[in-house]
Amino acid sequence: MKILLNNNPEVLTGDAMTVSELLRHKNFTFKMLVIKINGTLVKKSEYDTAIIREADDVHVLHLISGG
Amino acid sequence: MTTDQISEILKNRKVGIAGCGGLGSNCAVALARVGMGTLIVADFDVVSTGNLNRQYYFLDQVGMKKTQALRDNILRINRQVEVVMHDIRLTRENIPSIFNGCDIIVEAFDLAEQKEMIIETILTEMPSVPLVIGLGMAGWGMNDAIHCRRSDNLYICGDEISEISRELPPIAPRVGMVANMQANVVLEVLLNSEK
Repeated sequence: MKILLNNNPEVLTGDAMTVSELLRHKNFTFKMLVIKINGTLVKKSEYDTAIIREADDVHVLHLISGG
Repeated sequence: MTTDQISEILKNRKVGIAGCGGLGSNCAVALARVGMGTLIVADFDVVSTGNLNRQYYFLDQVGMKKTQALRDNILRINRQVEVVMHDIRLTRENIPSIFNGCDIIVEAFDLAEQKEMIIETILTEMPSVPLVIGLGMAGWGMNDAIHCRRSDNLYICGDEISEISRELPPIAPRVGMVANMQANVVLEVLLNSEK
């Protein structure tokens, strides 16, 4: 399937994948993340169940300290 | 837009600022200078000498509550600003009530955990309110790396890579750049919605 990941086209195998699977696939190992699918926030407790499908617009924001 | 037209719009606007450190103190002062009507600011911390390398406080304010010191500094610049200070640690529970009625909110925390907390809270509890976050401003140089981008109602200012550490401390120039960039986004959102 094709999705948009942080505004860039991304081709993934299969028709669907959970957020956890995407993070493993992309080696996103950061602890502090904010993830949105089509503009809707995905809570940490939903990473194993929230499904990413064809044409979804996925944003993964990596949070770092400083301010 | 003339200065008078800008003032006329901003005097009826309310901005929330979450944190009074390097980002929050500098952003609040910039917004006070341009005549924001109301600033709702929250922080629980006290001014220390280590803060003076980047935060908008003075030597004679060391030991004061940041909320009190920042209120004094803002009112020395512009007496027309209504400054509402909350000497409190912001949480998922109190953020919606403290920032109730704000047209836009500025995230000005230090720790990544806190940034994550307020983004999740605003996106869940107050999704229609724009949130401007500061992300990545440690160190020096690299002017070009600092940028601003938008993801729906979330505005991200910073280089998104420079995390603070012992070897890469937060210091005045880059912290001030990001704080003023956040203030600039606030103006862009508030003034452009009037066109």
